[in-house]
Parts: sequence; structure tokens; C-alpha cells
Amino acid sequence: MKVKKSKGEKVFSIFNYLILTIIIMLCLYPVWYVAVASISESGLLTQHTGLLFKPLGFSLGAYEKVFQNPMILRGYGNTIFILVVGVFLDIIMTSLGAYFLSRRNVLFMKPIMMMMLFTMFFSGGMIPFYLTLKDLNLTNNLLGLIIPFMISTYNLMILRTSFRSIPESLVEAAQIDGAGHFRILMQVVLPLSKSILAVMVLYYGVGIWNAWFWASTIIRKRELYPLQVILREILMQNDVGAMTAGVSVADQESVGQSIKYATIMVATVPILCVYPFLQKYFTKGAMIGAVKE
Amino acid sequence: MKKNKISERTRVDFRRNKSLYLLVLPVLAFYIIFHYKPMYGAIIAFKDYTPSLGVGGSPWVGLDNFTRFFTGPYFVRLIKNTLLLNVYNLVFGFPAPIILALLLNEIRSKKFKGFAQTVTYLPHFISLIVVTGMITNFAMTNGLFNDIIVFFGGERSPLLQNPNLYRTIYVASSIWQEVGWGSIIYLAALSGVDCQLYEAASIDGAGKWKQLINVTMPAITPTIITMLILKMGSLMSMGYEKTILLYNPATYETADIISSYIYRVGMLDQDWSYSTAIGLFNSVINCILLIVTNMLSKKFSETSLW
Repeated sequence: MKVKKSKGEKVFSIFNYLILTIIIMLCLYPVWYVAVASISESGLLTQHTGLLFKPLGFSLGAYEKVFQNPMILRGYGNTIFILVVGVFLDIIMTSLGAYFLSRRNVLFMKPIMMMMLFTMFFSGGMIPFYLTLKDLNLTNNLLGLIIPFMISTYNLMILRTSFRSIPESLVEAAQIDGAGHFRILMQVVLPLSKSILAVMVLYYGVGIWNAWFWASTIIRKRELYPLQVILREILMQNDVGAMTAGVSVADQESVGQSIKYATIMVATVPILCVYPFLQKYFTKGAMIGAVKE
Repeated sequence: MKKNKISERTRVDFRRNKSLYLLVLPVLAFYIIFHYKPMYGAIIAFKDYTPSLGVGGSPWVGLDNFTRFFTGPYFVRLIKNTLLLNVYNLVFGFPAPIILALLLNEIRSKKFKGFAQTVTYLPHFISLIVVTGMITNFAMTNGLFNDIIVFFGGERSPLLQNPNLYRTIYVASSIWQEVGWGSIIYLAALSGVDCQLYEAASIDGAGKWKQLINVTMPAITPTIITMLILKMGSLMSMGYEKTILLYNPATYETADIISSYIYRVGMLDQDWSYSTAIGLFNSVINCILLIVTNMLSKKFSETSLW
């Protein structure tokens, strides 16, 4: 049934499109600005004031400097290592926990779940956590950025909800066929949960990619820094000295500026590239998380 | 007698689900080591901790660390800053995704809606380092924000050095980053509203505004309340990462919040017992906030987390 729009509704509709267009531009513009500034010629960029819609001149010099910086490549390497090993372990541990919590007729399921949920609302705090890592020799060690963060209780609960929705009869049938719990998890439950596992991989992956706080606190050796910590040095602490070597003093500030924009792009483009294709999984995860049982 | 029965049931359960308990063992170990051991470690809040003596061997000092915090020079400032930043974030940040979801819900063109969603979700995935890096850059005297201020007739100044602007910058950039992502949940709730309700309302002569008040809002109120409870529960813990990245000694007077202070005295000054005491105080307040909000919402709207 098509309802004819009244005049008021038409006006509203136009305003609505207008407001949303403005919101879209506000969300997109800062990213666009950085992208355009990163390929502009640095001299022109410093002279320019105001909004920027297209590149001023064209130069990939800043990118060249960024890729010549061994620390950035190192950081990339470290982050990828943490990402691959971390996501793998995260998924295994979270699946084990979620499978246990999804079983029926287990006497200690409820208390164990309470024990896990409690950690979402109360924690020992920053220093006791840090001291624990120190006791375990996890500081100054890439494993220290992986093992202590293997399970996010929030993700665990999302996965549990999803495992619970698998028909119990399938699990029972496998049990009758003599399959143990580990086999049931690997061969029945996980294959039926592919899309939610994709969500988990993305959540953990983005989390690891963007993490910086504990890396900046527990890692002292510079060669172990993940990408975000290197980024922080370049963006916040203005540590572009190494990359502007050989540039005349007068140009150093403007070249430094371009380098910053190029660095932002180098660190963000991987996520910007995969994101549109994976958007539906991200959204799915956000919705499952909000539905309570 | 009853005790025997319980131990008997436990034994039967363990025998039957042995492999299941074995499966969950690594997960339990993880929680004990990385969550419950630090909780035990938090007793250093009541001690004068020195690493050489260990947690157990350090001498007890009772509530000294807490008294030091409550009577210290920064207590009032920290509480005020934490509360104000959170209140601003709640007042401006909480309704923003709801409004965005309502606007998006009215769009008929699927293509436009999809594009708008993709673009507004995007900032959520940009790392905090990059976001604060951009803010720092834009806020510099020759940066983009100042260019815009000059265009509207203002004067150039280093914006991040100005304590009066700090909260605005913090809250506005948080909204920028999270408004789209936050709207997903409300959009899902909105898509569950039965179309017939709208048709019936419009036949009864209800205009857009009346439909919003009488059909749409009641449908998403439970979602709003759940999200509000979750937000209240994390009121005191939010934001130290962003604060650490954005503040500087020039803006401490408005920017320094409890969690960033915990970081500064703990990690930078290595005043471990004192920092832990403040952390514990913060955690307890957090728990109380969560319980109170949940109770209130149970009473007034029958929606609660547990």
C-alpha cells in the first residue's frame, strides 16, 4: 500500500536527507583531509590554510620516508605477529569457555559463569595487573601482549549465546555416536558457528591492531614495539627527527607534517580496506552483543 | 546429611562431565591468573608495598593510602573532573546515536541508508592513537581547527593547551568516533517494530511526531534503558587511554580524571600501593553505581541486567 505523503512529511524528508548528508561529510572529512594532505607537496601544505578538498600538487615523498623508516616496518611486523598468534589463541580459548558455558546439566556451570561475569564489573586495577605480568616474566615480551588478553568476557558471552542456539539434539546425536566433548566442539559446534566465529576474529583482530596501552607500559625494548606505539611516538611526541634527516632545517617542520599524515594513512589503510567488505559481520556482532537472553 | 548429598551430587557430576571440566581448565586458569590473582594483589592498597618483600611480606598500613588520597590536594579536582567529563559525555553522547538511528530509520532509499551507515560506522575502527593524533594535529596553532576558527573571525591559539576547551574537544571527538557504531543497536530495535502499528497510527490521524512519541519510542525504550545501565556501570572507569593521549600538564586542571591519575602515580611515579588504593576506590564506586542503576531501572521500567 502506498501512502501519499503530506506536505509536512515531504519537508521532513528533505531535511532528513540534508542532515544525514552533513553527518556523513563530518564523519568522512577528517579522514579525507589526512589522505589528501599525505600526498600533497609539503611546502604547499604549510602555506595553505583552511579546508582542503584536493591534493596540493602531488608528491609521494612522505610515503617514501615512512617506508624507509625501519621502526615502522618493525612495528608492522610485530603487530602482525601478535595479530596472527593472538587471534588464533583468542579463538581457541574463547571457544573452549563458551562451549563449556553452553552445556546443559552441568552442576558448576552457573558458579563458573558468575565468576567470569564478575570480572566485567570488578577488577584488581592497573598496578596489581601489571605486577602479575611482571611476576610471570611477561613484560618486555611479545607474549605479554597476547596471553593476558586471550579472553574478552564480553566476546565469550556473545559466543556462548550463539552456541546455545545450536539444537541440543545435534550434540546428543554426536554423543551417542561416541564423540567426546572436544570432538563435538571441533566437528559439530564450530562448523555450525562460522559466521559468529568470523565476528570474533574481526573483534579480536581490530582490538589487537588498535591496542597500544599495555604495549607502551610493559615493553621497554624498542625493537618489540607494535605499530601503534611507534605511531604514538611519531604523532604525539613529534619524533620525526630520524625521518627528516637530510632535510634542510627550514623545511623540517613542513616535511614532518607530511610524514605524520602519511604515517596515519599507512597505519589506517589496512582497516579501511577490509572494513567495507566485512561490515555485515561487524554489525552482526554488535547486535548479538545487545540481545540479552 | 544434606552435606553428604551435595558431595555425592558433585562426585556424580564430575564423573559424568569429566572431559568437559578438563576442557574448561585452561580457561579457568586464565581467569584465576589474570583476573583473580590481581584482585588478591589489590590488598597492597592496605599495605606499604615494596617489591623485595612481596605482596604477602609487605607491612600493613591500614587505610593510610586511602586517607592520603581523600585528604590529598587533588581529591576534589579529580572527582569533579571525572564526574563532569562523564556527565557531559552522557548528556551529549548518549542521545546522539539514538537520534542518528531515528533519522536513518526514516530513509526510504536503501542505497543512501547503506552508504550512510558504512560511513558513520567507520570512525569506530580508527585507532585511538590515530584519532588523538589527528586531533593534536588539527588543534595546533596552524592546524585545521584554527583555520576554521579564523574563517569565522576568531583568533589562532593552541587549542589543546586551553583547559576550558578540553572537555568540549574530548566529548565532541568521542561522539564523532562512536555515534554511528552506537546507532546499530537502536536500528536493530527499530527494524523490529511492526509496520502495521505505523499504518494503524496514521489511519487514526497521527502525524510523524505523534507516531514517534507513541509508536517508535515505546518500542526502543527497553534498549535505551539497557544501554543506559551499561553506560552508568562504566562511568568511573571510562576514558583513561584517551585522556592520557590528549591531556598535558597545561590542561590537568580540567582533564585529569581518577583513572589517569591512577596511571600517573602508579606507572610513572611507581607509587604502587597508593595507586592501587585509588583504583580500588574507583572499582567499588563503579560496582555501586551499576547496582543502584539496575535497581532503579527494575523499579521504574521492569528492565534490568539481572
